[in-house]
Amino acid sequence: MIERTPILNFLTHVILLIGLALVIFPIWLAFVAATHDLRAVNTAPVELLPGPHLWANMKEAWALSDFGPKFVNTLIVAIGVVVGKVTLACITAFSLVFFNYRGRMLIFWLIFITLMLPLEVRIVPTYAVAANALSPFQVMLDASGLNGLIETLSGIRVALEWNLLNSYTGMILPLVATATGTFLYRQFFLTVPDELVEAARMDGAGPLRFLWDTLIPLSKTNIAALATIMFVYAWNQYLWPLLIITDRANYGMVVVQLSDLVPDQFSTGGGTPTWHLAMAATLMVMLPPIAIVIFMQRWFVRGLINTDK
Amino acid sequence: MAEIAIRNAGKTYGKTRIMQDVSLVINNGEFVVILGPSGCGKSTLLRMIAGLEDITDGEIAIGGQVVNRLEPRERGCAMVFQNYALYPHMTVAENIGYALKVAGMPKADRLAKVAATAQSVGLTEFLDRKPGQLSGGQRQRVAMARAIIREPKVFLFDEPLSNLDAKLRVQMRHEIRRIHNQISATSVFVTHDQHEGMTLADRLVVMNKGTIEQIGTPEEVYDRPASVYVAGFIGSPAMNFLPGRVTDSRSAVVLDDGQTIPLVSAIKPAAGQMVQIGLRPEKLTLAPLGGGALAARFEFAEELGSGRLYHLKIEDVPVSVMAAEKHSFVEGQTIGLRFPNDAVHVFDGASGLRLDLHHAPAAALVSA
Repeated sequence: MIERTPILNFLTHVILLIGLALVIFPIWLAFVAATHDLRAVNTAPVELLPGPHLWANMKEAWALSDFGPKFVNTLIVAIGVVVGKVTLACITAFSLVFFNYRGRMLIFWLIFITLMLPLEVRIVPTYAVAANALSPFQVMLDASGLNGLIETLSGIRVALEWNLLNSYTGMILPLVATATGTFLYRQFFLTVPDELVEAARMDGAGPLRFLWDTLIPLSKTNIAALATIMFVYAWNQYLWPLLIITDRANYGMVVVQLSDLVPDQFSTGGGTPTWHLAMAATLMVMLPPIAIVIFMQRWFVRGLINTDK
Repeated sequence: MAEIAIRNAGKTYGKTRIMQDVSLVINNGEFVVILGPSGCGKSTLLRMIAGLEDITDGEIAIGGQVVNRLEPRERGCAMVFQNYALYPHMTVAENIGYALKVAGMPKADRLAKVAATAQSVGLTEFLDRKPGQLSGGQRQRVAMARAIIREPKVFLFDEPLSNLDAKLRVQMRHEIRRIHNQISATSVFVTHDQHEGMTLADRLVVMNKGTIEQIGTPEEVYDRPASVYVAGFIGSPAMNFLPGRVTDSRSAVVLDDGQTIPLVSAIKPAAGQMVQIGLRPEKLTLAPLGGGALAARFEFAEELGSGRLYHLKIEDVPVSVMAAEKHSFVEGQTIGLRFPNDAVHVFDGASGLRLDLHHAPAAALVSA
C-alpha cells in the first residue's frame, strides 16, 4: 500500500525516535558507568559522557567474577539447549505432522499445554525431578508393589537414582523440554504441500531422507529463529542455575555471577557500591547474545514472518 | 514390460465409499487417459496405482505383480503432479537427479544422465536455476524430466497441464505425446479436459461418481457413447438430448411435441419405452421446413468466427446447432433441422444407457 502523508510520516518517526531513546538510554548509562572509576560513578549528578577506565574496569570485573570458566560453562549450556531444542522440536513436529498414529492429537495437546507452564511455574517439581531424574519410576515401582516383590524374592531393594544437580545435563534438559519450538516447526510443516511429500515418496525417499533432504533445508530460517531465541533464553537463565548449581566454582553461570557484582546490602555489606564493575561485567555478559542476534538477524527475521515468496 | 491390471478396485474413506468395482487393463506401452469431472475418483485411481493411496478393495497389478502392499518406490512408477511438486530449495539439476541420488547412483553417472535428460526436454541452460526462477512451462518440463530420468515402467500424470495457459497447454500436450512415444512406457493421464483426453489418448476411460462409465478409443467414445452421461460429457458443444417415447411399430420415437424421429433398424427398443434421443450439434444442419425436417424455434446465435452456434428450442427442450453458414434469423422464427439417420443416439430414458450398446466393440476391449 502506498500512502502519501508527510505529516503522519514525520509524526510516526518522532514517536519511533522517542521509543528508541527510551530503550537506548539505560544501555548508554550502563556503558558510561562502566567507563568511570569508583569515585566518578558515585558522584551526583550522574555522568553522561564516557570516561577513560573501561578497559581497566572490564579486566577487574572479569577477574573478580572468574568469568573465564563461567563464560565457557554458559556457552556449553546455551549451545546444548540450542542443539537439543532444535533437534527435539524438529523430530517431534515431524512425527506429529507427517505420520498418522493413534493418540497423535493427544500428544500434540500434551506438548502444547507445557506452553502454559513455563519453568518458573513448575520450578519446585522440576527441582525434585532434577534431584533424582529416576524418581518417577521409583514411585511407580513402590506404588505398584513391584519393589516389595523384588525385595522378598531377591533380598535386594531397588533404589533408582540419577542426580542432575550440579551438572550440565541438569541445566540443559529442563530448558529443552518446552513446546515453543515444536509449535513453530509444526506450523511450518503444515504449510508444506502434500504434493511435495508425495513427490519425495515417488522419488524413493524414505521419511528420514525426506526430513533431511527436504524439510530441514526448507526450514532453515525457522531453525535460525529458534536457535537465536533459545540461545538468548538459555544465556539469560538466572533462577534455574541459582537453584540447582551449588558448586559455583565448577558450574557457575555468567548471569548468576553477574548478580553477585551488583552492589546490595548482602554482597557488599553496605560497603563500596562498585557500580562501575557491575556495569562493565554487564556489558561483557551482554555481548554474546547481541553478537548472535546480529549474526542471525537476516535469517531469523525471515523465519518469524514466514513468507513463502 | 508393464501392463497395469486393475481388478475390482474400490476405495472407502471411513464409511464413505468413493470408488467401487473399477476394472481396467492398460496394455504395455499404451497411453490411457482417465477423464471425468472433479470428484469422480479419477485422481484417486491414479494415486492408487502410484501407491499414494491404499487400495481398500480389489487389487492392482503392474507387470503381472500385485502391488497392493508395495511402497510407491517399489512399483516402478513415475508421476508428474498438477502443481509440479518441485523441491524449491534444489536447483533444476538436483531436482531432476534426486531420484537417482536416493537410489545411490554415483555422482558422475548421475550428472551425465541429468544432462542428457535435460537436453531431451530443452532445459540445458536452466540446470543451475531454482524452480522459483522458472516459468510455468519450464517447471512443467522439470517435472517431466524428473519422471523420465528414472526410466519408469509406468508414467502417471495427474492433471499436469491444468496450471498452464491455453497455448502452452497445447504445446506441452504434444511434448507429452512425443516423450511417451520415445520412451515407450505405459502412460496413465488424468484430466477433466476432454480436448486433452481426445487428443492424447490411445484409449479413454470415462469415470463418473467412482465408477467407469465407458472405456474405448476417443473415436468410439465420441461416436458411440455408452450412456447419456458420457454423451453429454464428451463433445463440445455438448450433445442435445430430446426426451421421447418409442412408437408401437418400434421404428420411430415420438417427441413430447408430437414430432417423430425415425430409428435405424439396428436399434430395437421396446414399444412404448421412454428414451432420450441424442443429437450432436455438429451433425445437425439447418434446412427449410417440411420434408421430414424437425421443426425448432430460433432463440439466438453465438458467433464462433469459423461458423455460428445456433440456439433453438423444440417445445421447451434447448437444442444447439453448429453450422458454418451464417444466417440471420429472427427470434421466435421456426426453422427446420436435418440430420443423417446414423447420427441418432438412443438412450434408455430411465437408466441413461445406450440401447444398442451390445453392438459396441468397446465392451470387448475391457478385457483385452
